[in-house]
Amino acid sequence: MEHQTTSEVTFHHEPGEGTGRIWKTFWLLLGITVVELALGFGMYFFPNLPSWVVLFIKGVIVILSLAKAFYIVSIFMHLGDEIKNMIMTIVVPLMLFVWFIGAFLWDGNSYRTSRNRYDKSLVNKTVQPPTEKKDTTVRPLH
Amino acid sequence: MATAVATRANWWNGGRSPFNVEYGKLMMWYFLMSDAFTFGAFLIAYGTVRFSQNFWPNPNEVFNAFPGAGHANLPLAFVSLMTFILIMSSVTMVLAVHEGHHNNKKGVVKWLAWTVLGGIAFLACQAWEWAHLITGEHAILNGNSLDVIGQTTRVNPWGPAVEDGAKVAEAIKNTPHDVLVKLVGGSHHEMGHAQLAAMTDTQLRGMINAAELHVTEQGPVAFGGFFYAITGFHGFHVSSGVVINLVMLIMAHKGVFEKRGHYLMIEKAGLYWHFVDLVWVFVFLCFYLV
Repeated sequence: MEHQTTSEVTFHHEPGEGTGRIWKTFWLLLGITVVELALGFGMYFFPNLPSWVVLFIKGVIVILSLAKAFYIVSIFMHLGDEIKNMIMTIVVPLMLFVWFIGAFLWDGNSYRTSRNRYDKSLVNKTVQPPTEKKDTTVRPLH
Repeated sequence: MATAVATRANWWNGGRSPFNVEYGKLMMWYFLMSDAFTFGAFLIAYGTVRFSQNFWPNPNEVFNAFPGAGHANLPLAFVSLMTFILIMSSVTMVLAVHEGHHNNKKGVVKWLAWTVLGGIAFLACQAWEWAHLITGEHAILNGNSLDVIGQTTRVNPWGPAVEDGAKVAEAIKNTPHDVLVKLVGGSHHEMGHAQLAAMTDTQLRGMINAAELHVTEQGPVAFGGFFYAITGFHGFHVSSGVVINLVMLIMAHKGVFEKRGHYLMIEKAGLYWHFVDLVWVFVFLCFYLV
């Protein structure tokens, strides 16, 4: 295989021999997707899970999605095969998302809490009564 | 090995690119990074509005239809198929790039053709999903009467369920004729529209099974706008990706890259196509899973 040598590319990548790595990544992505779906169905078929369990499951799904993103970018887009200088010019700017997501979700949540605090009619209209029956009987303290 | 030498080289002495990537490919990476921020901003805006609401529709109730399955409740099934199609077309794309590395024209053409097919299949699925959401009508409580609405950018039928049976029964009494016709038509497919429209309100009300209507309040309006804008923007990327891949397919078939001696263009088109798959991972996450 002949390449024209330019000042842009100093070292050429050795082309991959087989397609084993590609198919391995495919099965990995499919496996992660199946696990995500299983967790999604879990939340659907057990609607009375405590809210912290639901939050935990959603967190796991988010982490699994990030893993999928890593494999797509690293293997399918071959970013993992590039030199570190190049990888960093892509990855470092993406760190902005850490602030971006955190700040804006925080903002949305604070909007909700202050609206609920000052607009009681909205609360009555949009907050559903809890489905599980809470024990509200008053017992004497020991 | 080239990589071992690469790590030892002093990249910043000038005379060569410190990124060791061909210009067009580097620019494609930077374009994709900026596009990631565009999609990210859309999804984050959606997340912000969702976090500001006390109630948000349950995706398992919104996306539970499958073509040809009628009213069967199949949450997540169709979108799983769409996800599978897109992952699969990503694999065929990377296989085309792989064949390009080996200057195998026949292989490139074969895998690119499958990729184009996968893209078209995905778009067809999305067209069906949109059509189903927009035209599928659902019973909602509108003041003290019932109404039927689809999922559009202006209205949302996926609000909290109305559990109070007496309230629904009362609302049915106040529901006008044309809405009653639609409500009865939803469960009596054997009867034509004209036949139902000719019936009296009392007859129609007698045919309604209040428990089967699944009456809900109206849901947050923002849901439709975000859903159609973001999946639409993604779908637009898929369409342009299909066009790009089609051009690559024709060029590869005509031997343009063979004459050039390398298949770098396929790699660049491949980057774009994988990015489309990458964005879908997060659209799938934000709209369908959580």
